[in-house]
Amino acid sequence: MTEMFRDKIDVSLTVNGEPVEARVPAGQHMIDFLRLELGLTGAHVSCEHGVCGACTIRVDGDAVRGCLMLAAQADGAEVWTVEGLTDTNAISDLQDAFVARNALQCGFCTPGMLVAAEELLSKGDVPSRAEIREHLSGNYCRCTGYEAIIDAVESVAQGRAGKGKT
Amino acid sequence: MKASAGGYARAESVGHALDLLAGSDGQGRVLAGGQSLIAAMNMRLSVGDLLVDISKISELSGVIVSGGTLRIGALTRHAQVGASQVVRTHAPLLTDAVSHIAHAAIRNRGTMGGALAHADPAAEFPACALALGATMHSEGPEGARAIPAEDFFEEVFTTALKEDEILTSMTLPVAEEGEVQILEEVARRSGDYALVGLCLVKRASGHRVSLFSVGPKPILATVAMAALDAGDLEAAVDAVSSEIDPPSDTQASAAYRRHLAGVLLRRAVARLKGDTA
Ligand SMILES: Cc1cc2nc3c(=O)[nH]c(=O)nc-3n(C[C@H](O)[C@H](O)[C@H](O)COP(=O)(O)OP(=O)(O)OC[C@H]3O[C@@H](n4cnc5c(N)ncnc54)[C@H](O)[C@@H]3O)c2cc1C
Ligand code: FES
Ligand code: FES
Repeated sequence: MTEMFRDKIDVSLTVNGEPVEARVPAGQHMIDFLRLELGLTGAHVSCEHGVCGACTIRVDGDAVRGCLMLAAQADGAEVWTVEGLTDTNAISDLQDAFVARNALQCGFCTPGMLVAAEELLSKGDVPSRAEIREHLSGNYCRCTGYEAIIDAVESVAQGRAGKGKT
Repeated sequence: MKASAGGYARAESVGHALDLLAGSDGQGRVLAGGQSLIAAMNMRLSVGDLLVDISKISELSGVIVSGGTLRIGALTRHAQVGASQVVRTHAPLLTDAVSHIAHAAIRNRGTMGGALAHADPAAEFPACALALGATMHSEGPEGARAIPAEDFFEEVFTTALKEDEILTSMTLPVAEEGEVQILEEVARRSGDYALVGLCLVKRASGHRVSLFSVGPKPILATVAMAALDAGDLEAAVDAVSSEIDPPSDTQASAAYRRHLAGVLLRRAVARLKGDTA
C-alpha cells in the first residue's frame, strides 16, 4: 500500500535559468536543497517557520518562502535566487541603491529583501512608502532599522518610472 | 530543526489523492500550500506524515459565479482570492481578509482551502465563512459532502472533515444589492495573527457577526446579531463581550480580548453607517 509514497523524489526544474535534475529527500525544503545540493548559499535559512523572510526566493514568478516549500514540490518549477538575479543584472539598480542608501549592514536579510522588493517593483507603479513597508513586513532586518531599506526601494521605484534618480 | 516526512506522493487528480489517502494506513496528510504544514514539519510538531501533495490539481483552483452562488476552489491561493475582481464584487469580506493574512510571500502559496481545513482559531477565512453563511464541499471515499460553516469548525485545528476526505471548495451566496461586509481586527504587527478579529455582514435579512481569536474556534455572536437587528448598539457591544470565552495567553489577557471585541464591533458599525450614509 504505502509503496505509493516515496522517501526520495525525482525532480526536474530550472534554477537561475539552468536545468537541474535531482533526487531529493521527501522532507527537504527548497533552501536546504539550494544551499546543500546546489551550493547556492545566497538565500539564507533562519527561523524555518515562515516568520523571518531570509529564505525568500522566486518560484514561477512569485516571491515565496523557500523554507515552506519542499524541494519535492519544485518539479517543473522555474526558480530564481539572488545569485541568478545578480548574474543577469535583473536587480543591479536595486542592489546599487541598497549600497548607496546603507540598506544593509550584516547582509543576512538582504537576499530575501531583494527578492521581496523586486516582486513589488516589478508591478510597475511607484508604491507609497506605506505600501513598501507592508510588502516587506514579512522580512526581518535586525540591523538597519528598515528606514534605509524603504529609501532604497522607493528610489528605485522612482528611478524606474523615470521620475527621479537612483 | 529539520522536517521528518514519512514519504511523499504527488496527486494528479482528486480521485488519485483519495486513493493515496486511503492507502496510507492513517498516516496520510494532505499538503496544499504548505504554509502551515511545512512550518509544523520543520518544527517537528508533525512527524512521519505520508504527504499527499494536492497542490498541482488544477481542477481545485479558481473562482466561479453561477446562479447567485460564488464557488472558490480549495487550492485558490490567498493572493489569487485577494486579486480576484469577482471575489471583490461578490464577497468583499474575503478580499478584506486577505490583506490581513500573513505576508505577501506566504499569501503567494497559502491556499484558502488550507486555511479552512487547518482551522486555526485566529485565522480570518473560517470566521468569514461563518459570517457569510458559506458551505464547505468535500470529497471522500463515501462520496461528496456539503457541510455548512456552522458545523465545519469544531475545535482548535479540528474540522468536520474526516481523515480520508479532502476539502474541494467553498460556496457562498453572492452579496445582495446594498449588502455591507466589514472585517476589523487588531494585531500587533502587520501580518501577525489577530489578537481578536470580527466580521460584520449586513443583509436585508439582518446582521451577522462572527469573531475569531476568541476561543477554540470562530463563533457567530447570535445575541449581538439580534441586538443589532433591534438597533441597540450598546446591548450588542455588551453581548459580544459576554458571548465569547477568550483565552489569556502571552499575546493578550482574556479581559483585554473581551474589551477588544466590543471596540471592534463599534468600529465595524461606525464603518457600516459611513458606508451606507
Ligand atoms: C508567518 C506566518 C503567518 C501567518 N499568518 C496568518 C494569518 O494572519 N492569518 C491566517 O489565516 N493564516 C496565517 N498563516 C497561515 C496561512 O494562511 C496558511 O496558508 C494556511 O493556514 C494553510 O494553508 P496552506 O494551503 O498553506 O495549507 P497547508 O499548510 O498545506 O495545510 C494545512 C493543514 O490543512 C490540511 N489541508 C490543506 N488543504 C486541505 C484540503 N484541501 N483538504 C483537506 N485538508 C487540507 C493539511 O493536511 C494540513 O493539516 C500564517 C502562516 C505563516 C507561516
Ligand atoms: S527561514 Fe524561511 S521565513 Fe525564516
Ligand atoms: S542587514 Fe543585518 S539583518 Fe538586515
